[in-house]
Amino acid sequence: MAKLLKNREILLVIAIAALLVAITLRFPGFVAPANLARVYNDTSILIILALGQMAVILTRCIDLSMAANLALCGMVAAMINAAFPGIPIPLVILVVVALGALLGSINGLLVWKLEIPPIVVTLGTLTIYRGTIFLLSKGAWINAHQMSDAFKALPRTSLIGFPVLSWLSVLAIAAVYILMTRTPVGRAFFAVGGNPHAAVYTGIDVGRTRFFAYCLSGGLAGLAGYLWVSRYAVAYVDIAAGFELDIIAACVIGGISIAGGIGSVGGAVLGSLFLGVIKNALPVINISPFAQLAISGTVIIIAVAVNARTEKRKGRVILKKAEAV
Amino acid sequence: MLQETTTSRMKPAVALEGISKSFPGVKALSGVSLALYPGSVTALIGENGAGKSTLVKILTGIYQPDGGTIRVDGEETHFPTAMAAAHAGVTAIHQETVLFDELSVAENIFLGHAPRGRFGLIDWTKLNNNARDLLRRVGADIDPTIRLRDLGIANKHMVAIARALSIDASVVIMDEPTAALSHKEIHELYELIDRLKADGKAILFISHKFDEIFRIADRYTVFRDGGMVGEGLIADVTQDQLVKMMVGRDVGQVFPKVDVAIGEPVLTVSGYRHPTEFEDINFELRRGEILGFYGLIGAGRSEFMQSLIGITRPSAGAVKLHGEVLVIRSPAEAIEAGIVYVPEERGRQGAIIGLPIFQNVTLPSLQKTSRAGFLKLANEFALARDYTQRLDLRAASLDQDVGTLSGGNQQKVVIAKWLATQPKVIILDEPTKGIDIGSKAAVHAFMSELAGQGLSVIMVSSEIPEIMGMADRVIVMREGRIAGRFERAELTAEKLVRAAAGIGEAA
Repeated sequence: MAKLLKNREILLVIAIAALLVAITLRFPGFVAPANLARVYNDTSILIILALGQMAVILTRCIDLSMAANLALCGMVAAMINAAFPGIPIPLVILVVVALGALLGSINGLLVWKLEIPPIVVTLGTLTIYRGTIFLLSKGAWINAHQMSDAFKALPRTSLIGFPVLSWLSVLAIAAVYILMTRTPVGRAFFAVGGNPHAAVYTGIDVGRTRFFAYCLSGGLAGLAGYLWVSRYAVAYVDIAAGFELDIIAACVIGGISIAGGIGSVGGAVLGSLFLGVIKNALPVINISPFAQLAISGTVIIIAVAVNARTEKRKGRVILKKAEAV
Repeated sequence: MLQETTTSRMKPAVALEGISKSFPGVKALSGVSLALYPGSVTALIGENGAGKSTLVKILTGIYQPDGGTIRVDGEETHFPTAMAAAHAGVTAIHQETVLFDELSVAENIFLGHAPRGRFGLIDWTKLNNNARDLLRRVGADIDPTIRLRDLGIANKHMVAIARALSIDASVVIMDEPTAALSHKEIHELYELIDRLKADGKAILFISHKFDEIFRIADRYTVFRDGGMVGEGLIADVTQDQLVKMMVGRDVGQVFPKVDVAIGEPVLTVSGYRHPTEFEDINFELRRGEILGFYGLIGAGRSEFMQSLIGITRPSAGAVKLHGEVLVIRSPAEAIEAGIVYVPEERGRQGAIIGLPIFQNVTLPSLQKTSRAGFLKLANEFALARDYTQRLDLRAASLDQDVGTLSGGNQQKVVIAKWLATQPKVIILDEPTKGIDIGSKAAVHAFMSELAGQGLSVIMVSSEIPEIMGMADRVIVMREGRIAGRFERAELTAEKLVRAAAGIGEAA
C-alpha cells in the first residue's frame, strides 16, 4: 500500500508541477517564491480542514458540517473578542478549538450511539450550526472595527519569514501526521475504514473510533473558524458557506477513498494545494470565476477516475502475486 | 482416463473443449474439457485455485477464454456476455445467491424477461401467477409477492432455481449450493436436483463435500492446477481415488490428531444465557484440550462464542479463567484476558485489506508494542516477524498490503494476529469451511500443535469428520441449548447427528 500511495502522491506532485508550468507560460510571476508562499498561505485553512475530513472519511464516515462548525466557531471567537477585547488571543483560540471539538463530538455521538448514517447526521447538524449562528448574532455582522487589532493581526504576524497562518497549518500537518502514523487511534482509523467487521474482533470499538475522528475534525474546524474570521476580519452567518464541498474535494483529489481505509496526510495536503493553486492561478490568467467552478469539478472527476484505475491495476497485481507466493 | 459408458451415446447439452485462460502472470486454465449431459449431474472437484471458478465464469460469459471452443447442442458458439450465456440456456446458482433483496420474489424470478401487457407495461397478475407456478415446480412453498430479503438462504436458492427454470435453462451450475444450508434444507435441495434431472437439465455441481458428491452426482471431473486430471462415472470411483486425483499425492492420515496430556481446567462457563439466542450453557475447558462444538447452522454456537468475547452481552452467567471470575464487556477485554475468537467469515471479519501485513498482525497487540501511547514500529515488525515466521508465511515483505497475498497466506496472517496476543484460550469458528483438503490438513495439524503447547482450543464445526477427527470432547448444541456431551472414546457420527437434530435419547 505504501508504494501505491506514494505513487498516487507522486502523481499529484507531478500534476501540480504541470499546472504550475502551464500557468507560468501565461504568467511567469506565478512561480516566484514569494507568490508560491502566498498561495500556500491562502490554502492553509483548507489544508487544516482537509486533515480533519481525511480522518473522518478514513473511518467510512463523512463530515458535511465542517464549514458550518467553522462559521459558528468563528462567530463565537469574534463575539468574545468584540465583547471582551482584553482576553488574550491564544485563550480565544483554545476556547473555539474546544467548542469545535464539542460540536464535532455531537456528530460523533449521534453516529456512534444512535447509529444514524453519517451523511444524515452531519447534514442535520450543518443546518443546526448555521441556525445557531443566526440565533447568537441575530443576523448581524461583526465587522473589522469591532475586532481588536491583536485578534486580526495574529494570522498575519510574520515568524521566520512566513505568516503565523502558514505555520499553524504546518503544525496541524505535523500533529495529524504523528497521530495517524504513530498512535493506536490513528491506526484504528485505517482499520475501522478498511474492514469494520474485522476491527470489532480485534478489540477496536468502531463507534468510539469514529467519535474520535469527528472530535478531531470538529477541533480543526474550530481552529479554522478563528483563522477565517480574523483573516477576513468579518464574521456573519454565511461565511464559508459551501466550503464543505471544497474540503471533501481536496480529500478526494488527494486519493482518500470515500469507501474508507485508504488515504494519507500527504494526500490530503497535496489535494488541498492542487485546489489552492487552481483557485489562485485562474484569476491571474483571466479565467472567470464560473469557469473556475467547472474546472474544479472536472479535476475532481479526473482524480476519482485515476484513483479508480489505480485500484483496478492493484487488482491485477494481486493475481500475479497470488500465483507467485 | 475416459470411461465413457452409458452417457457416451448422448449428446452433451454443453461441451467445453481445450479451454485455456490466462491472467497476467497466471495460467488459470490450460486446455481443459468438460461435457455436461442432459439429465445428468456432473460434480466438478478440485482444491481451491484449481480453476473451478474460472471455468464457471467462462461458462456463464463473464470471462472470455483465450483458446478452445464452447459447443451448445453440438453447435460451436461464443458467450461474449453473461446475457448471451443465459440466452443459450446456461445459468448459475452461486454460493451467495446473486439476487435482489429489495425486490419481490416474482420480480427476482422474471427480472429482465417479465411478461408484458398492454402498452408494454409489466403484467403483474401474470408475473405473480407464473412465479407461483414455477415455485410449485421446484417444490418451494413461497409467496411470490414477498420481498426476497425476508427469505432464508435455502429459499433464496429455490428462487434462483425457479429463475433458472423461467429462462428455460438447459444447464444449471450450482457452486457449493449446500454451504449455508441446514440438514433438512440440503435434503430438499437433493430432491429438487433429482427433479431437475428428470426434467432433462444438465447440472454442474461444485462441492468440497464428498458425501454429497456421492449422493447426488452421476459423473465427475477433477481439476488440479488449472488442468483436468480425471473424469468418469461416480459409480466407477472411490472417495480415496478422487482425493488422490485432487491433491496428486496421498494425503495420508487426514486428521493429524496428537494426543496431548490434558491438564487443569482453564475456562469455566456457568449458567450463560441470552434472552433470545441461547440459555443454560455450562462447560469446562482444560489445558491442552480441543473442545468441539457441533450443531446445525443456527444452533446458537457462534452467537454464544460472540457473547463469550463481549460482542453481545449475556443476560446471566459467569466465566472463570484459571479460577478467577472474569467480566468481559468488549472484545478488547477478552483479548486482554487471553481469550481470542477467530471468526467464521475470514473474508469479512479477518484480514484488513489496505493495511500492511505487520499492521494486521499487531492490531490487537498495540498496547504491548507501544511506548507511552505512541506506536513503536520496530517492536511491531519484530512481533510480526516472529509470528509470521512460525506460521511459515510466504511474503516478499511484511510491509506489503495484506490484500496482495493469496487466501491461504491471508489466513496465516489472521492466525498470526491472534497468536501474537499470546492467548490462553483460542476459539476457532468453522476453521476449515470452504478451504481445500490440503489446507484443511495444515489447519488441523496446527490446531494439534497449539493444544500441544498448552493452549485450550474451542473448535466450532459443522463437519462431522472434523469434529470426530480433532475433538477431545464434544458439546452438541441445538436451538440454543446444550443437547449432548460426548467424550472422544464414545463418539459416533450417529450420536452427534441425533443430538443435533433432537432425535431419540440424546444427552
